Amino acid sequence: MVGIVIVSHSQKLAEGVVEVAKMMASEVPIAAAGGLEDGSLGTSYEKILAAVEKVFSSDGVMIFVDMGSAVMTTEMVLEDFNRPNVRMIDCPLVEGAILAAVESVGGKTLEEILKLTEDVRTTKKF
Amino acid sequence: MDTKKILAIISAVAKKIEAEKNFLTQLDNEIGDGDHGINLARGFKSVEEKIPTWADKDIGAILKGVGTQLVSTVGGASGPLYGTAFMKAGNVCKGKNFLAAEDFVAALEAAVNGIKMRGKAVEGEKTMLDALCPALKTLKENLAGGKNFVEALSVAVDAAAAGVEFTKTIIATKGRASYLKERSLGHQDPGATSSLMMLQATLEVLREA
Ligand SMILES: Nc1ncnc2c1ncn2[C@@H]1O[C@H](COP(=O)(O)OP(=O)(O)O)[C@@H](O)[C@H]1O
Ligand SMILES: [Mg+2]
Repeated sequence: MVGIVIVSHSQKLAEGVVEVAKMMASEVPIAAAGGLEDGSLGTSYEKILAAVEKVFSSDGVMIFVDMGSAVMTTEMVLEDFNRPNVRMIDCPLVEGAILAAVESVGGKTLEEILKLTEDVRTTKKF
Repeated sequence: MDTKKILAIISAVAKKIEAEKNFLTQLDNEIGDGDHGINLARGFKSVEEKIPTWADKDIGAILKGVGTQLVSTVGGASGPLYGTAFMKAGNVCKGKNFLAAEDFVAALEAAVNGIKMRGKAVEGEKTMLDALCPALKTLKENLAGGKNFVEALSVAVDAAAAGVEFTKTIIATKGRASYLKERSLGHQDPGATSSLMMLQATLEVLREA
């Protein structure tokens, strides 16, 4: 299964997205990397790296992020943890995470799920 | 500039950031989330703690060490941005135990390019680049014009200060402040201000010598 990492400035938000993604895909390998070590708001290189390592397998990892330093810090983690099948995805956080969780459990590959997340960028809520 | 001088500069930067922590945070309160000073002070405190372990390292390794420390402790956008800047500067100074004027320029240029790359930003977007780009340009021009390094850096610091003033007149298009659109007008950018402080601290150390 493709692993999933949720990066957010807030630990609560990252854990909340993990919770929501698991509603329909309880067995998906997913990890939250939210906030700083001491629980304050921000993004932590160490937390992101640890989360990627936790869910990493040969099936790859998709990383969903909130904004700003979450994007830049994840980029730096990816430069160091340099594997072609670990990707940061540019799409809405909640919708992207739910879709990836469901499709990962359904057996889709990283490349297949990547294609599907493209639609998430433009899907309207109503 | 030898290794000792570089370490003295890093230490002076750390002290200045700590001293100006509340001011930087107040600036970030106005157009951001009010943590820039807290973020950088946390980062440079961890840098300062490492300084004693760097005494026998070359300048490239030291600057890389500063970058690594900032990336893992700052927590806000300035972490990956300044982190990348110091790491790129470190690459340029690899194996060096002494920096001539042209080495310093090359390191600053690599740092500025690193910030542009990481932030996908250019000059004029109300970021740290609005202090650093004019400083780099002015430093180069004044060295080429025959000024000695300290004189040239002094004019470059003035250019950075003018850049900080300029950020009051423009709308942020990168970073958190960009959400405020025209409400970011009239406020100076916290990141440009911290960049100016780093250059000022560097100049102060070099003037002492
Ligand atoms: N994309 C970017 N490119 C260049 N500089 C940026 C960018 N985003 C933010 N900055 C700089 O970072 C500063 C804010 O730093 P900080 O408060 O530590 O981060 P955060 O915005 O995550 O709270 C801004 O004042 C600006 O100078
Ligand atoms: Mg901030």
